[in-house]
Amino acid sequence: MSLDLRTTVRPLLAAVRAVLVLTLLTGVAYPLLITGVAQAAFPGHANGSMAEADGREVGSALIGQTWNDADGDPDPHWFQPRPSHGGYDPLATGSSQLGASDPTLLGEVREAREQVAAFNGVSVDEVPRDAVTGSASAIDPHISPAYARLQTDRVAEANGLPREDVARLVEEHTRGRDLGFLGNERVNVLELNLALRELTAR
Amino acid sequence: MNHTLADVLQISALIVALALVHRPLGDYMAAVYSSRTHLRAERWVYRAIGADPDAEMRWPSYLRAVLAFSAVGVLFLYAFQRLQDRLPLSLGFDPIPPDQAFNTAVSFVSNTNWQSYAGESAMGHLVQAGGLAVQNFVSAAVGLAVAIALVRGFARFRTGELGNFWSDLVRGTIRILLPIAALAAVVLVALGAVQSFAGPQEVQTLTGAAQQIPGGPVASQEAIKNLGTNGGGFYNANSAHPFENPGGLSNLLEIFLLLAIPFSMPRTFGRLVGNVKQGYAVVAAMGVIWLAGVIAVTVVERQAPGTASQLAGGSMEGKEQRFGEGASSLFAVSTTMTSTGSVNSFHDSYQGLSGGVLIFGMVLGEVAPGGVGSGLYGMLIMAVIVVFISGLMVGRTPEYLGKKLRPREIKLAACAILITPALVLTGTAVAMALPDGEEAMTNAGPHGFSEVLYAYASAANNNGSAFAGLGADTGFFNTTLGFAMLLGRFLPMVFVLALAGSLAQQQPVPVTAGTLRTHRPLFAGMLVAGTVVVAGLTFFPALSLGPLAEGLAV
Repeated sequence: MSLDLRTTVRPLLAAVRAVLVLTLLTGVAYPLLITGVAQAAFPGHANGSMAEADGREVGSALIGQTWNDADGDPDPHWFQPRPSHGGYDPLATGSSQLGASDPTLLGEVREAREQVAAFNGVSVDEVPRDAVTGSASAIDPHISPAYARLQTDRVAEANGLPREDVARLVEEHTRGRDLGFLGNERVNVLELNLALRELTAR
Repeated sequence: MNHTLADVLQISALIVALALVHRPLGDYMAAVYSSRTHLRAERWVYRAIGADPDAEMRWPSYLRAVLAFSAVGVLFLYAFQRLQDRLPLSLGFDPIPPDQAFNTAVSFVSNTNWQSYAGESAMGHLVQAGGLAVQNFVSAAVGLAVAIALVRGFARFRTGELGNFWSDLVRGTIRILLPIAALAAVVLVALGAVQSFAGPQEVQTLTGAAQQIPGGPVASQEAIKNLGTNGGGFYNANSAHPFENPGGLSNLLEIFLLLAIPFSMPRTFGRLVGNVKQGYAVVAAMGVIWLAGVIAVTVVERQAPGTASQLAGGSMEGKEQRFGEGASSLFAVSTTMTSTGSVNSFHDSYQGLSGGVLIFGMVLGEVAPGGVGSGLYGMLIMAVIVVFISGLMVGRTPEYLGKKLRPREIKLAACAILITPALVLTGTAVAMALPDGEEAMTNAGPHGFSEVLYAYASAANNNGSAFAGLGADTGFFNTTLGFAMLLGRFLPMVFVLALAGSLAQQQPVPVTAGTLRTHRPLFAGMLVAGTVVVAGLTFFPALSLGPLAEGLAV
């Protein structure tokens, strides 16, 4: 390849202009167009699927949150989410990154099993796997239907509600796989707790 | 529905969707790159660039244009990150430090999208949408262009001309990537993804805690990140973040997006060389390897033999409840075998043997089906090698698609496939020999070694996913992985384009009874075997030290 002026400089000049033009097209026009369409057609989704209670925003239906008491311990009045390595901070997402046979992870799982079992008054063998493992995002908004059912008795008792009413809430908020076979069954913790709050207020 | 049936249905639905778009998308792309007319928008772009889209280029000119465009892209993105505090929409973030800015610039221009930064706490909206996402489009368009140039090398005779890079770049962006990405982005918003230019807004939860809910042009970036097999997430959690990937349906759409172009490119190839059956052999080889990987990882994740997983009752560490093991495994294999590198679950926490399959998928050279463009040219290079080996067995001068594979062609193909193994093994060895490797590991023992091996495999093969426990935001890793990405992307392109130029000059060789039938299932089988054996022989010792040792220990 000869390094004379014509063959090296000309493509570089074209390249600079190409980067600028394509930036205008794909980096300015494209995101603005999509934002315009999204804000017009699906403003709720586009702005974070915010959930409201008492006329104010209390979180996003897609972002998990902690349900702790004033001391920072899990509050028995609420359905509890999965363990999170980021404390459900949406500005610090990511997982534990521990391997499937890692001794530290093994210890954490063992501890979580005992904690969840004691907190809900069940045996460790009844604790489902999502209750003792950290999610990928650390802000997983969902738990398994099994984990929601496991918490029913404890939540009902703490709130002085009939067990059947709380169990019915869980059933109503259990979502199957998308289209019946995509992804996994789940219960949205924030939506379930909002419904629970309405029930206790009545 | 039990989960085995759901897994089978989910994989089947994906295969059906890919099969449905294979012909129309492949034919469309062939038409785009052979069309003689220019759209009005394209003429405007060519005038702005100052390039004549009809001027044919020989391989050195084509290569110079590829390298010039990519070099300017790196400089531009580097400057963008270094100056972000002085730009609007920076969300108050500081400039990215030099080593990380270099790593990130190279990462996005090389279509790798390795991320040593966390999006939500480092990059403002303007850098994300106006810098990083731009490279998501154009780095993919560059990959397509180089693949098309190689295909023209096979399709043309007695000429050294391979087409015009600027025209291929602009057409790939405007006619292929932009329309599909725009449609997909809107669908993603309909399914729940975020799309705004808002900064984090604080809410008070029902328990009185404060929570920052981020915003951003997420769906627009998510669509092209997968479609262009890039992989760089808007947020650190990537496609595991509910704002990027809110449910089971959006998850399948994203997997479809990252596989759609790579699995349709063989059709484009078949069309352009005038025999679609040649494309079927290539897509069959890609599909067999991909499906074998999907089945292997899904089975291992469902069995979850790791000690911590056994106690927990399943392999849900680092996975989202709305996806579960099945949809996570499908995503993981598809993203590692396409050079995408976006993740909906964290591979570091996969079972030992699954991690081995994911690494193996990358060190195959990203050909099953591989990245946008790069998958096809990678697999065609492998086809050249396989035809050559077959020729040696029967003692004939090997020929492929009417082209003689002479010593020059074989040398160029061999150089192209040797680069990434050399980068992966050298990089891993150096990192392990220096204290930098061990200091960065989250996990101990074989799994720690896997983290380092995964990093170099991912960088050199332009994948970009990670065993993210590796604390790779250090001067050492930012620099060495940066060079692995750069050389792993552009050195093979040099040899691919040189090969294309050499092939295009040849006279046609008449088909005889002795010509290897390269459109038959036998050849597809040989292609699978060649791909697996070359990578297997090269990487078996390294894989034994990491994932195999870990997987067999439990």
